[in-house]
Amino acid sequence: MGRVILHCDLNNFYASVECLYRPELKNKPVAVCGESELRHGIVLAKNQIAKSYGIQTGDVIWQALKKCPNLVILKPNFPLYIRFSKLVQQVYSEYTDLIEPFGIDECWLDVTESTKILGSGRKIAYEIKERIKTELGLTVSVGVSFNKVFAKLGSDYKKPDAVTVITKENFKQIVWPLPAKDLLYVGSATEKKLSSRAIYTIGDIAKSSPEYLKRILGKWGEVLWIFANGLDTTPVTPPLFEDNIKGIGNSVTLPRDLTCYEDAEYVIRMLSESVAQRLRQQYLKCYTVQVWIRDSFLFSITRQEKLKNPTFLAREISQKAFEIFKKHWNFKNSIRSLGVRALDLVCANSFYQLEFDSLKKFKLEQLEKVVDQIRRRFGQSAVLPAILLTKSDLPCEIPLHNKIHPVAFFK
Amino acid sequence: MRKIFVEVYAHFSKEGEITPISFVWLDGKTYEIDKIIEKRNAASLKAGGQGIRYKILVRSKVLYLFCDENRWFVEFT
Repeated sequence: MGRVILHCDLNNFYASVECLYRPELKNKPVAVCGESELRHGIVLAKNQIAKSYGIQTGDVIWQALKKCPNLVILKPNFPLYIRFSKLVQQVYSEYTDLIEPFGIDECWLDVTESTKILGSGRKIAYEIKERIKTELGLTVSVGVSFNKVFAKLGSDYKKPDAVTVITKENFKQIVWPLPAKDLLYVGSATEKKLSSRAIYTIGDIAKSSPEYLKRILGKWGEVLWIFANGLDTTPVTPPLFEDNIKGIGNSVTLPRDLTCYEDAEYVIRMLSESVAQRLRQQYLKCYTVQVWIRDSFLFSITRQEKLKNPTFLAREISQKAFEIFKKHWNFKNSIRSLGVRALDLVCANSFYQLEFDSLKKFKLEQLEKVVDQIRRRFGQSAVLPAILLTKSDLPCEIPLHNKIHPVAFFK
Repeated sequence: MRKIFVEVYAHFSKEGEITPISFVWLDGKTYEIDKIIEKRNAASLKAGGQGIRYKILVRSKVLYLFCDENRWFVEFT
């Protein structure tokens, strides 16, 4: 028997949760948007009515209001969304323990074994859909298939509140006529490359030769050919079995543009504090520091450098990050967003070459660990580096968790 | 349909199960819950919210009492 994979995608997640708590908004166009004062003012989610006005996720608030002047704009309530995400996963966990989240509102479920007791994949999908509707008041689109890629396609195929079954027998009729961009990992750049060679649909990808696709797209060409032909065998991997963490990072879009090195140093220090604290939490040290910079024209660069010895010290990470920053940015344009990331992670107890000032470093490590304890007991702002008290128009809180994050398909 | 937040007196078992016993209504009176007919997770689509829904019998009237996180409310028409 082949695998039975479900992909469950909550419809208009943030907006649906908001409408559930405010039934008076049910028949109005609603969009959940980031805070415009903090320059996060884009549409994060919209309900079905707002969608009918052409509002899209990622629209800037003024664009959305132009399309629909009576749009109700709500601020996001992430703790509530996380609570619902957990509740939904609790429902899934009653059907299988092989659950792989793909973001806050999507999950793959491998129900192959469960079908022996609970019935077919289709039956399980309908049951899950109905339970989520009655128990949580949300709607979900479910794709049922024999691999993860087609299951995801299935959940996108019919929305909202629908189940689509893609089998080995019917996938050529359902999947192949779909546009190439509907396939996982076909972004706009890939789509352009494909369409310039008259490859418009998933079927066209499937019928091309893998060698030809490889010539156009590199190794991804082959991967797309495998996806399009339904040959994907990637397992559903629960987070517990996830590979080691590959990097820990934090980024921030700032309330105002950064225009000088002093501003940048401030933000880099704030982010490094958070990254270092999270490294220590995971008993990890990093060998590489990466800096991500996005300017006011939304052009971004990423640069990284190696450290001599691994570290989880905020001051070392921020020093390196600022060094990289100064080397690669000349402030021709001002900066809108900045990020710091720790890569090449190793266990905090692993061996490395000692230096003459190792004792000093050891003392600093102890010191930062004590700071962690103080923050744990009295809050993140209980102890701050003095530099973070110098600019009142920039945020100084040290974010501890990156709770909502995109997840990679390949692990 | 309105959502009336109420103060609830409940029994917490050793196993961690919560059983509401009575609640204080808008008139300030405490009403005993005569019977819990059903307990399940549910969304309150008309009043708004989601939580553990207790279908209860109070003075021969059926009501829906929700525990949404740590707040309790009654669906009321």
